[in-house]
Amino acid sequence: MKLLKLVPDHTNVDFMRWRNLAVILSTLLTVASLAYTAYRGLNLGVDFVGGQMIRVTFTQPVNVEQLRSRVLGLHLGEASIQEFGGPTSYQVRLPKPPGGDAAANEAANKVKQLVAADYPGARVDSVETVSGKVSEELASDGAKAIIFAMLGIALYIWIRFEWQFGVGALLTLAHDVSMTLGFFAFTRLQVDLNVVAAILTIVGYSLNDTVVIYDRIRENLRKYRKMAILPLLNLSLNETLARTVVTSLTVLIALGVLMAIGPEVIFGLAIAIFLGVLIGTYSSIYISAPVLVWLKVTPDSFVRVDEKDAPGTQPA
Amino acid sequence: MLEFPRWKIWIVTLVVLAGIFMSIPSLIAGTPYANRWPAWLPHDKINLGLDLAGGSHLLLEADAGDAQKQRLQGMEDSVATELRRDPRIDIGDISTSGGRLSFLVRDPTKVDAAFDRMQKLTRPVALTGNRDWDVQVADSTRVVLTPTQSGTVQALKNAMSVARDVVRRRIDPGGTKEITVVTEGNNRILVEVPGVENPDQLKRLIGQTARLEFKLVDLEANPNDVMQGRAPPGSEVLPYADNPAGAPYIAVKRRVMVSGDQLTDARQSFDQDGRPDIDITFNTAGARRFGRVTQENVNKPFAIILDNRVLSAPNINEPILGGRAQITGNFTVQTAHDLSVSLASGKLPVKLNVIEERTVGPDLGKDSIHKGVIASLIGTLGVILFMLITYGRFGVYATVALVVNAFLILGIMAMFGATLTLPGIAGFILTIGAAVDANVLINERIREEIRRGRRLLDAVETGYREAFRAIFDANVTHVISAAIMAYFGSGPVRGFAVVLLIGVVTSVFTAVYFTRMLVALWIRRTRPRELHI
Repeated sequence: MKLLKLVPDHTNVDFMRWRNLAVILSTLLTVASLAYTAYRGLNLGVDFVGGQMIRVTFTQPVNVEQLRSRVLGLHLGEASIQEFGGPTSYQVRLPKPPGGDAAANEAANKVKQLVAADYPGARVDSVETVSGKVSEELASDGAKAIIFAMLGIALYIWIRFEWQFGVGALLTLAHDVSMTLGFFAFTRLQVDLNVVAAILTIVGYSLNDTVVIYDRIRENLRKYRKMAILPLLNLSLNETLARTVVTSLTVLIALGVLMAIGPEVIFGLAIAIFLGVLIGTYSSIYISAPVLVWLKVTPDSFVRVDEKDAPGTQPA
Repeated sequence: MLEFPRWKIWIVTLVVLAGIFMSIPSLIAGTPYANRWPAWLPHDKINLGLDLAGGSHLLLEADAGDAQKQRLQGMEDSVATELRRDPRIDIGDISTSGGRLSFLVRDPTKVDAAFDRMQKLTRPVALTGNRDWDVQVADSTRVVLTPTQSGTVQALKNAMSVARDVVRRRIDPGGTKEITVVTEGNNRILVEVPGVENPDQLKRLIGQTARLEFKLVDLEANPNDVMQGRAPPGSEVLPYADNPAGAPYIAVKRRVMVSGDQLTDARQSFDQDGRPDIDITFNTAGARRFGRVTQENVNKPFAIILDNRVLSAPNINEPILGGRAQITGNFTVQTAHDLSVSLASGKLPVKLNVIEERTVGPDLGKDSIHKGVIASLIGTLGVILFMLITYGRFGVYATVALVVNAFLILGIMAMFGATLTLPGIAGFILTIGAAVDANVLINERIREEIRRGRRLLDAVETGYREAFRAIFDANVTHVISAAIMAYFGSGPVRGFAVVLLIGVVTSVFTAVYFTRMLVALWIRRTRPRELHI
């Protein structure tokens, strides 16, 4: 049987040739993403801004305009209505009512009554009510988690490799997270708790890729002490290219299936990770590696090679 | 490479079998096979999160203002009881305004006696060296009790632990349902009840403090004053809960004659006219007191007060001596039933507000499980197919490792009674995709070493050894992000992190040790001359 080799033997792509172009492009895109996110804002779900979200599945497609005007007729404030999953499923979002908890309860009940009266057979799938206090906590916890994860991983890389690699890891992560945020700002996909989980996963996954490449760079730095840095990076990237492609593909296959036929509730999570894997694969080649050139990594960066050699290099 | 000692084979095989074994109860749950699983085998199952099983998640927070108010009221009662023991101390003008309790001692020579009695009421707060109340004398005739910071903290802690038990009793009087009621932080309670479609009743049960008091109606109060909220000394004006016929306010004596703390039972019933009411039963002390009070006040109206609202003020027609009484009010069967449950479970020591609520209907959950399982199966198949056409025999090993990995994840989750949430399913699929990464690393390395001209055995050996370093570091990054997610995340997100964490550990085991064993056994058996990889 002939085995599939997506990356032929002795592949030798001169990745570093386009490194300046790639870095300029990435920087521009990152800045643009952040600027756009800051300007346009994210479509934050009730998890982070508070309010109510009611998901309803109707027996047949409904006239959205009619539904909207009926909900607005309840005078519960700025209601937004979106299709969710299929043409018969909708989510109704209501702002935090000024009257506190009792009022929030009443608002949800009014919508439920409206649905029951005007759309017989419709099914209320879920009701979520998040108070302002809780949503503020969730938002700050989410932001903290992402920042701590980025710093924690960069710190680990610094300890395991050298400071240049730690800086490279941090820049790579900042790039990936900004791009993901930009994507959500651009598509107006709702950002809920699951998306934060997805971003944390991207942080872990993207670095997984970077670590594999860094590990090879370190190995080659020790092996070919006389080789210039650019050819050495190219060599390392090419040597790990087959692995990068195969692993990314397996993850994308699994996530693609989840996105296409998985539960709607976690579509945001699936698409975020899918995109993150693509971005992460790119950034481990074009951000993580070039950073090492500017930070002047040389074989002498690993002075205390023997002490630095990690525990567990030998499988039991 | 060939040195894979027998004891290691045994350990790896045992771990794999244990994982498969532990995952079986979760896999057959809800199918007819579940009954055939022998009773003496472990039955630990993976719990389904509310987003999959359907149900309600409520986060309750103690109302800080109410906590303070209740504490002051409780102290006021204690003070009144304490001072009644010394009839020579005549006090007046009790006030609880400004977050402090103060009263006037009419005879200045008795101020010291009153002060000493108040000191006796305070308690030391453990580990702080402070007392729970600070007692002072102001203007030489007023005794002022101020709650101390550490006393307030401790009171809240005690109140939360009582509140947790009360909430549990109210939601689940029979103690049979699989509900979660836990305190979170120092002023919150998390309630998770599976299978509830309409949480309104839940919230009604929890939302009521259910402080029941019986007080005498002040008949001497001027009705016009009462309407303006003014009551004679020793009395207070309270609103009616629901009095469609009569006045909205009533004046009652401040002194609590009997309180709901002394109930042993409460159940919904009907009065002689067929209207819903609540039958209550007092404990021995409560019955005696209730009997004495009703005996002394025959033909006077008696206010039944719930959470500072008057339910009704019936006349005491005759002494009630048996310790049984009826609470009448403007009830429906449902509200009478809910109130009886609340009364029987005791009052909440502090009012609880719902600050977060998530309810998922059972149909959406079922739908999610169904789609999640299908996506997992197809995703796994896709990955397997890809591995097979890429790595041939080594792809088969990776596939076996992948399947074993899936069982191990489920088995470990069952063992710890972990909760599978909807994002957890995504975590599972993601883990499947990422788990083969270790095998990809190893296999690519072997390919590389062979290209460099190493002999087969040497290439395999080097492949496993050199790849392990990268596998180790790469998985630590996953562990860091998943651990942070587990720490900061709540509910569903934590479920996702748990699956990722378990998956990282199991996938390293299956992808590195397990496949290594398979490869070693194959090489030992067939002594292959060349490698198709």
